[in-house]
Amino acid sequence: MTLHSLVIVLLQLVLLLALAPALSGWIKVVKCHAQGRTAPGIMQPYRDIRRLFIKDVVVAENASWLFRFTPYLVFGVTVMIGGIVPLISVDLPLAATADVIALVMLFGIIRFFTALAGMDIGTAFGGMGASREMTISSLAEPAMLMAIFTVSLANSSTSLTQMVSVMTRTEFVIRPSLAFALAAFILIALAETGRVPIDNPATHLELTMIHEAMILEYSGRHLALIEWAGMMKLMLFFALGIATFFPWGIAPAGDNILPMLALGLLIVKLMLGAMIMVLIETGLAKMRIFRIPEYLGSAFLLATLGMIAFFILE
Amino acid sequence: MVSPLDMAGFSVLLLLGLALFSPFMGRLRTLQTNLTFSLSALASLAAILAGAMTVAGGSVATATLSLGLPGLPFHLRLDPLAGFFFVVIGLLGLCVSIYSIGYVKGYSGRRPLTRMVVFYTLFLAGMFLVVLADDAYFFLVAWELMAAASYFLVMYEDEFAAHRRAAFLYLLIAHVGAIAILLAFGVIAGQSGQEGFEGYTFAAMRATHLSPGLATAAFFLAFFGFSAKAGIIPLHVWLPEAHPVAPSNISALMSGVMLKTSIYGIIRFAFDFIKVFPWWWGAIVLVLGLISAVMGVLYALMQHDLKRLLAYHSVENIGIILIGLGLAMIFASFHLPILAALALIACLYHTLNHAMFKGLLFMGAGAVLHATHERNMEEMGGLIHRLPWTAVLFLIGCVSISALPPFNGFVSEWLTFQAFLLSPALPHPLLKLLMPLGAALLALTGALAAACFVKVYGVTFLGQWRGHHKPEHIHEVGWSMRLGMLLAALVCFLLGILPTWVIGWLDTIPEQLCGGRLYESAGSLGWMWLTPIAQERASYSGPVVFLGICAVVLVTWLLLHIRASRVRRAPIWDCGFAKLTPRMQYTATAFSMPIRRVLGFLFAVREHSELVAPINHPAVPTHIQYRLRIRDRFWNWLYTPQSDAAYWIARQVGRLQQGQIRIYLLYSFITLIVLLVFL
Repeated sequence: MTLHSLVIVLLQLVLLLALAPALSGWIKVVKCHAQGRTAPGIMQPYRDIRRLFIKDVVVAENASWLFRFTPYLVFGVTVMIGGIVPLISVDLPLAATADVIALVMLFGIIRFFTALAGMDIGTAFGGMGASREMTISSLAEPAMLMAIFTVSLANSSTSLTQMVSVMTRTEFVIRPSLAFALAAFILIALAETGRVPIDNPATHLELTMIHEAMILEYSGRHLALIEWAGMMKLMLFFALGIATFFPWGIAPAGDNILPMLALGLLIVKLMLGAMIMVLIETGLAKMRIFRIPEYLGSAFLLATLGMIAFFILE
Repeated sequence: MVSPLDMAGFSVLLLLGLALFSPFMGRLRTLQTNLTFSLSALASLAAILAGAMTVAGGSVATATLSLGLPGLPFHLRLDPLAGFFFVVIGLLGLCVSIYSIGYVKGYSGRRPLTRMVVFYTLFLAGMFLVVLADDAYFFLVAWELMAAASYFLVMYEDEFAAHRRAAFLYLLIAHVGAIAILLAFGVIAGQSGQEGFEGYTFAAMRATHLSPGLATAAFFLAFFGFSAKAGIIPLHVWLPEAHPVAPSNISALMSGVMLKTSIYGIIRFAFDFIKVFPWWWGAIVLVLGLISAVMGVLYALMQHDLKRLLAYHSVENIGIILIGLGLAMIFASFHLPILAALALIACLYHTLNHAMFKGLLFMGAGAVLHATHERNMEEMGGLIHRLPWTAVLFLIGCVSISALPPFNGFVSEWLTFQAFLLSPALPHPLLKLLMPLGAALLALTGALAAACFVKVYGVTFLGQWRGHHKPEHIHEVGWSMRLGMLLAALVCFLLGILPTWVIGWLDTIPEQLCGGRLYESAGSLGWMWLTPIAQERASYSGPVVFLGICAVVLVTWLLLHIRASRVRRAPIWDCGFAKLTPRMQYTATAFSMPIRRVLGFLFAVREHSELVAPINHPAVPTHIQYRLRIRDRFWNWLYTPQSDAAYWIARQVGRLQQGQIRIYLLYSFITLIVLLVFL
């Protein structure tokens, strides 16, 4: 592990922690503009997190240690993933810790414990959120892995940094398999990060909540950690999409100047990606819960088509 | 220096000796159980050492006993494959033996313990002998010893009709399987060209060259026979019946290791006896594995009996093991030794992992049963406050079986995924295309298992107590039960953190069976990094994941607790309505409702709800009755027709019995005439 790579990984973690709320703020701003509302400003998520950290924690009488432990675990796993997904450079000492399949499973830990925490208090909302979240995720997981398999077959690796290196080194051609996989990935990423049309992060309406229902009982610093981790998760899904489908600009190993350039490019890519997401969210209405299997089924179909395209055309 | 075979022999003899002498201690109940189970733990420890040394050294030791048939004495052989299963059985045997010291106290005074200790030791000895046997006769003797001992253990609480029925079903399917295994041995022995009984030794079977047709017959007979024991769909129906009714320490052993003896048998037949086989054998094994995995987990999701649910998860995990085995067979048939080694290691690793976490979960279920006298999850809740130790250990089991890093279930599933992703190396275009779909099904299985264990843990241990009686009498279980579970949980953790060591240790098995080694590539970066084929291809580091998460959690916690802060406890927010009651929580049935709705076409689901209105007007209902019945479709498709047919044939044959002596004399007369004509 060289000093250079250590600096890169620290820089990347700081970037993730610092930029994730800004990304969420940016999404809100663009969304408000798109829907003709007044925007709260890009800094609002920072103010929200700060306020939550200052506030006292109120915990239900019968909450167990699991309920109080989960926010820390969720935050810890998210930061851990942040050290693995390449944001600005592939020179990451921790990149070999987990390949894409392991990354998906690491996101699985977050989901597993959030769902458990939702059931810990023993209210109907928590159970409802946990049940729905686990149902959706179990249908999303095959599609997610199918999309990942397509990309990894195209690059003959499941290691993210290796995928980035292979893609940036080879000449750019439009590959039908990757196009299908990208379409599938976008559909699944919307489901996994709890955005419209699967879940609405802005709602607290009991019949439609999924993610919010699980964390309804949290307050104070616990809620702050979960919210912050949620914002980082969103940014990490963007980063995952960028690294697997649009890696151009991520600096190769052993380069000192390019990471700064890559940082600028990353911000541009994130802003563009967020605008596309806002377009999708504004254009679509939230789906009925029993329509979701069809949605995820089509994502699976797209990923499978990508796989078939890879074997037939490439 | 004691050789591994001596140690294995010591272990088996100790167990058989215990079975013989423990009945004489029937009066001294405490001494009987404490001594028997402690010595069983010792025997298991010896078995672990024997197996671990054999696998590590890649040594093969044989012995011939002066017992057995004339012309066919008992042959013993301890090779790395047998050694590995020795370790699997020994590890869980050790945990469960310690656990049993406390667990059987719950039966003390209520029913005879002698039966439990005798059959327990015989059961363990039977399993060890199955993997040690080196001839067909001894193998089947050991196989039947194992089956019979476990039958009596399933029947332990034999005053309930349901228990007797379950045990009978188990015995029936086990014997149908045993017949098929016997026939498979016969097919190979018949071709060995040896005179007398010589052909029935495994050594002769290894040397026998079979024609493709006979090899297929032998393999699929054996596969059918072992499937019946392993509970592969559609031969799984005995599992969800027998596991719930058996005492929990027995369920742990049956599900954790007894099912694995059939995996041993399949590997022995395919890779050791037959060796050369076409790819479609592997494809069939793979497809059956996928079906078992997906259907097993879906049926598990629909259960609310804790032990029944775990039994269906055994079907799922045996499916995952078979997926690895099927892949190994496909790769081996195309002469890709390294890839076959990867898939075979994934299969063996999952075998070991499943033994540990399923043993842990069944022990945990036993602890819950011991404390609450309840198997129905809908009557539980909030046990995390009452059983703090069991709750933590059970959670480790849940995380392991849900394939979440850094625990052990993840490592073996991840290796299976890697094996799937190497399918482009196959020279068969259709296989290349279809294999990733199998990987997607495996992903579905993993995700559904996670959903199922959120349900299990959330409904059983979290929330509020749902039962009718007060939960105050529920207390944490004794130290020996906790210690048994703690050991299993520790092994789960270590197997997840140190995969490179385990693979380095296992490496002699694929080397002997399919001629490929994995460790050179898998451990090329040192013990911290697991890189199955090459570093560029895929890598995983359990220690870094674990330490990284721990470090961030610790730093965050410290940063947030520098300033003294208060946590205020308050009643649950009830939205301003009337007080929330425990009956308003999500139940297990409610939790799995969305999945039942989405994938319900795979089950026979019958739902019925009814408004009960006292003055016969739907506007003023007093309560709603909801009935839900979910049946295993295979029961209707496969078993009911068979039992009907058997009954019908029996009735027809029964007509011969007229009960009149004249008719029977007529039968004898006709038989004599027929014999005279033909002879």
